Amino acid sequence: METKEFMIIDGIPVEIEGEKNLLQMIRKAGIELPTFCYHSELSIYGACRMCIIEDSKGNLDAACSAQPWPGMEIRTNTQRLRKYRKMILELLLSNHCRDCTICERNGNCKLQDLAKRFNVDAVRFPNTATEPVRDTSSHCITKDQSKCILCGDCVRMCDEVQKVGAIDFAWRGSNMTISTAFDEPLAESNCVGCGQCAAVCPTGALVIKKDTEQLWKELDDENVKVTVQIAPAVRVALGKQFGFAEGENAMGKIVAALRRLGFDEIFDTSTGADLTVLEEAKELLDRLESDAANSGFPLFTSCCPAWVTYCEKNYPELMPHVSTCRSPMQMLASVVKERFASSTRKVIHVAIMPCTAKKYECKRKEFEVDGVPRVDYVITTQGLIQMIRESGLVFEELEPEAVDSPFGIRTGAGVIFGVSGGVTEAVLRRISSDKSAIGLHTIALQGVRGMKGVKEAKVKVGDRELRIAVVSGLGNVRDLIERIKAGEQFDFVECMACPGGCVSGAGQPYVPESEVDARGKGLYAADKMCSFKRSEENPLAMPLYNGLLKGRVHELLHVHYSGSEKEE
Amino acid sequence: MNEAFDPTVVDGILGIYRHDPSAVISILQDIQDHYKYLPKEIFAQVSKATGLSQSRIFSVATFYENFSLEPKGKYVIKVCDGTACHVRKSIPILNRMKKELKLLENEHTTEDLLFTVETVSCLGACGLAPVITVNDKVYPAVTPDSSAQLLAELKEVEANA
Repeated sequence: METKEFMIIDGIPVEIEGEKNLLQMIRKAGIELPTFCYHSELSIYGACRMCIIEDSKGNLDAACSAQPWPGMEIRTNTQRLRKYRKMILELLLSNHCRDCTICERNGNCKLQDLAKRFNVDAVRFPNTATEPVRDTSSHCITKDQSKCILCGDCVRMCDEVQKVGAIDFAWRGSNMTISTAFDEPLAESNCVGCGQCAAVCPTGALVIKKDTEQLWKELDDENVKVTVQIAPAVRVALGKQFGFAEGENAMGKIVAALRRLGFDEIFDTSTGADLTVLEEAKELLDRLESDAANSGFPLFTSCCPAWVTYCEKNYPELMPHVSTCRSPMQMLASVVKERFASSTRKVIHVAIMPCTAKKYECKRKEFEVDGVPRVDYVITTQGLIQMIRESGLVFEELEPEAVDSPFGIRTGAGVIFGVSGGVTEAVLRRISSDKSAIGLHTIALQGVRGMKGVKEAKVKVGDRELRIAVVSGLGNVRDLIERIKAGEQFDFVECMACPGGCVSGAGQPYVPESEVDARGKGLYAADKMCSFKRSEENPLAMPLYNGLLKGRVHELLHVHYSGSEKEE
Repeated sequence: MNEAFDPTVVDGILGIYRHDPSAVISILQDIQDHYKYLPKEIFAQVSKATGLSQSRIFSVATFYENFSLEPKGKYVIKVCDGTACHVRKSIPILNRMKKELKLLENEHTTEDLLFTVETVSCLGACGLAPVITVNDKVYPAVTPDSSAQLLAELKEVEANA
């Protein structure tokens, strides 16, 4: 018989169930130990020392990097520990900007939270904070070194999870900073704009670019017609901030809020996703038909702009394998801008996105027509939350509204784009010959769902077995590409830069990995509520292909990135 | 160091260490032995071979005082500022040499790339304090005047070269 093992935390026995470190034990015991540098998905760093505990002999240790053992006795809240924690905070604050009221992260900053929690009412050291040291070169992320506490979360996220390695510690001792190689501006480094560094940053040192100020001006201007699209992942991440459950679909209220904010036409990016499914499935089938030698495989998806940038920067030789399909955002934007081309008012198109890299994508030259972008502003979920708050709208009380026609008509296939595996599932629904309800279930059970970083499936299409990989998190993408280079064969690879897909995009309110699942489930629930499940069933598809898109499919829905050596 | 960058040099060094990322310090040391500093061009090459990001290599290169990202002079003069040399007045030697070479506070290398003057923490020759080295040749019991004279001699050698 297995005997249970216990340790004592603050006088209470707690069972050890394979926890890797004391911190997990302590949190299991219902104690929220403070940390700056601990994230379960990152390696343990032990730098911030906020999680120090005291053992029965009076020794101090960082809980994140100490292992529990049976019979161990620790205390987490003694006079000495409180004193040290407070001192650490004072030392961090001694060279930190304290203008919280004008900080982007005001109210959402771990340093501010903990200073409040530990009742830091004065800092006994002189304030040696420097002026802001800003890098605003990137369209996606702003870095202000003066607000950095050197916890290294961003470095480990970029290096370990994303395997991009754009930033690292540089210099030494009191001169230490977080820096790109040679302190180049972020925009010139190998940064792909995924924003995951900013998602884990506990302070205002790394923040997502906001473009809300300019957008307010457009909304106020009566001569401007402001059209907007809402990405799938936004609807399941925004509600939590207004008291709804994580993952609860708030689409109706979001639409109502946008209408009240002054947007003229409100559409759903899922409609664009339906077009993407139709185009990408066609591309896959065309390749299957024409390419007997398999040289065109695998076909990589192209929805995720951080992945596309990553591929361009690290594997330019693979760019011919990346689908020529524009992202759903760009497809819908093309269609919307064409539809309203004859408007007497100036037409602006805004995209509400869970994503930071979209801010870069919308500025790419490839999507400009006569110097005008298809998407004028990308606003993140967090940006929209801020706008709603600023407007004074009581979100909780808004009556849900429907999106506008015609580009609000979407299928379930387009909705699930927001979660890793969704694109693949949508494409499979399109190309599968089994159009029954059971066929849908069969596809869902092929192993493409779930939050795992790498999912593989083999699916029969006609007489051919498709080898599919669904990968999220750029680190996993890199590993898969290395496997492909080593000779493994895949036909279709879905790549999403953020772990779990767009639901955990850096533009969303941050939640730990363990809670992202609820957002994915929210999207699958939304899929169930759709009358149409397959993109080809979208009633809008036929009129579009026979109308606006006639003879212009390639021009409006596809792209050739100029950085790549892609040939027609 | 106007030597044109030659990737084969770095390739050779990377080969010795079999592109092992854990040998990055040794790799950088060997590269610095060759160029006397770490030219910017080597970072992409070392990154590609070892799989380490350029920012990580930059991190290592800036952490250790011994690595230099700036080209160094033909004569690298190290003024020992360990405890023994310090109490026997090494700083006046440093100041005098910088003055002779017209180097500002944060400058270490002359514009003509002839001299680099820097401090070092203990050369392990405390009995000879204060000590300086010129390209690893040790000069014991230096005074500000003797250091100025040494510089003058080196300048003359160069003028006649």
